Amino acid sequence: MKNIHKRFGGVVALRGVDFTVGDNEVIGLIGDNGAGKSTLQKILSGLYPPTEGEIFVKGEKIDPNNYSVRQAHEMGIETVFQEKALGQKQALWRNIFLGRQPTTKFGYLDVEEAKSETDRIMKQFLGFTGEGVSPDSTVSTLSGGERQGIAIGRAMYFEADLIILDEPTNALSVKEIGKVLDFIREVKRQGKSCVYISHTIAHIYEVSDRFVILDKGKVADRREKGELTEQELIDELTHHATRPETEERSP
Amino acid sequence: MNVIERIKTYNTQLGLTFIGLLVLILFMVTAPGTFLRGRIYSSFLSITPFIGIAGLGLTLVLVSGEIDLSFTAVMGFAGYVFAVTMGFTGSIILGILAGLASGAVVGMLNGMLVTLIGIPSIVVTLGMQFLIRGATNIIAAGQATTLTQLAGTPIHSLLVGEIGGVVPAQSIWFLVLAVLVWSLLFRHKFGDHILFSGDNPETAEMMGISVTRTKIIVFMIFGALAAFSGILDSFRLRTWWPTMGQGYLMTTMAAVFIGGTSMFGGEGTVYGTFLGAFIIGSLEAGIVAAGLSGFWTRFIYGILILIAVTIHTLLRRQS
Ligand SMILES: Nc1ncnc2c1ncn2[C@@H]1O[C@H](COP(=O)(O)OP(=O)(O)OP(=O)(O)O)[C@@H](O)[C@H]1O
Ligand SMILES: [Mg+2]
Repeated sequence: MKNIHKRFGGVVALRGVDFTVGDNEVIGLIGDNGAGKSTLQKILSGLYPPTEGEIFVKGEKIDPNNYSVRQAHEMGIETVFQEKALGQKQALWRNIFLGRQPTTKFGYLDVEEAKSETDRIMKQFLGFTGEGVSPDSTVSTLSGGERQGIAIGRAMYFEADLIILDEPTNALSVKEIGKVLDFIREVKRQGKSCVYISHTIAHIYEVSDRFVILDKGKVADRREKGELTEQELIDELTHHATRPETEERSP
Repeated sequence: MNVIERIKTYNTQLGLTFIGLLVLILFMVTAPGTFLRGRIYSSFLSITPFIGIAGLGLTLVLVSGEIDLSFTAVMGFAGYVFAVTMGFTGSIILGILAGLASGAVVGMLNGMLVTLIGIPSIVVTLGMQFLIRGATNIIAAGQATTLTQLAGTPIHSLLVGEIGGVVPAQSIWFLVLAVLVWSLLFRHKFGDHILFSGDNPETAEMMGISVTRTKIIVFMIFGALAAFSGILDSFRLRTWWPTMGQGYLMTTMAAVFIGGTSMFGGEGTVYGTFLGAFIIGSLEAGIVAAGLSGFWTRFIYGILILIAVTIHTLLRRQS
């Protein structure tokens, strides 16, 4: 992504961001609240176009006005959100296949297929033991970690090349967070790429190859993992976060 | 599906079926002279579809997270468009098609105002209900239109004839439409779009589904269903009345809520609406036949709605 700008009415969320994800690379995207991380992620995943700037996927230039979530999916970009990933009142199988349902004739759902594949995803990718949770369970009956698992399982099932996770570990127990981190390692091991957005530096540091620090809509710094320790990363972030607003405006 | 969920799903539906039977038994005990004869059931079956067909559309709109109060006016309007087009062209088929299309167009307007402008659907459709009813009356100059040319036509028997002299054809249409709406909502791709648009529009958008498009189509389907109901009513009465559809608002909503569809979107039950329509329809006819005054009808509706909705809500909270 090159020179990305995004304005919401009067609010400028991104002001000229260059952002690249390499092959088989895990990038930790960090920054203070309101820095623009989610905005960048939403542009990348096709939810809305940038106000200005260019997007390239696998070397191919994208027409931002024609870029959509569907197209992002087709190009292998999947996003996993903490809260918004799933319809709470719907069965798991509907959630897994939303927008990409197996159908028979005239757009009718192949419910058997969707349920058995959901069962397979849950058992194979996610290690659900099958107790209490089934493809027919509604999302609202699942724990936070399980919900995250379903969203992640969905991305894995559809063989994404780039998986974007926006604060996937919010409100999860230590054990559940471990599962999510394992998944990110698994993504890397399978030769795929990942953008991991979080406020928990310890987790980011553990699994990322590179860090991109956003600050007030701009890239404040880029670092390789080898260059600095976890503590140095935290210090740098604190430095940006506590910098007064006025300094940003001066040339 | 595990056992507990299976029981929960069918619990509500069984409970509702039970309430329906209870109402029926109550009538049989209080007015055996009427309720042990077939005639009263023919009368239920001829009235209920008008509540029911609108109820099916309302169920879809509620599941999508919206509401539509304009359908009673659409019934009258579409009936009028049907009558006028038929008078003009001499073709019943063209009349029906024009009537259905007019309902869909009003639905599209509703949907666009709700999604594109962002006005709450309760406000848009309240306004639309007045506008359409008013416009219809202005154009028709408040006059009824007789449609005697419908009598004896094959389409008349097909739509509202009495099968075997007993079963009104409109009740079969209601059944068929109920099955179609159920399969659309729970077995078709578009049904997923409706469910997720009402459950969590952000999720839907993030999975590449246009909530705007989905809701507009749902309003259009309801418009067409309401129109169909108005056209059926014109066939049944062989007259178009400027007041057609009036009085169906509260009974239709009652049927849908007794059935168990939630106000909050993302979930609903077509079977519930189907039964709810029969419960309301039988109360309407039954209470009077049982020798109670019309005041009792309202009172019993009230009790039934409050009890049914309390039970539905408690069951939902448990899961
Ligand atoms: N849809 C929107 N409409 C208006 N302003 C928005 C919108 N989305 C984001 N913003 C604004 O853009 C800025 C960046 O928001 P963004 O959500 O990208 O931050 P973030 O880095 O993800 O923060 P957090 O860590 O809190 O999630 C904020 O000032 C926010 O208020
Ligand atoms: Mg964010």
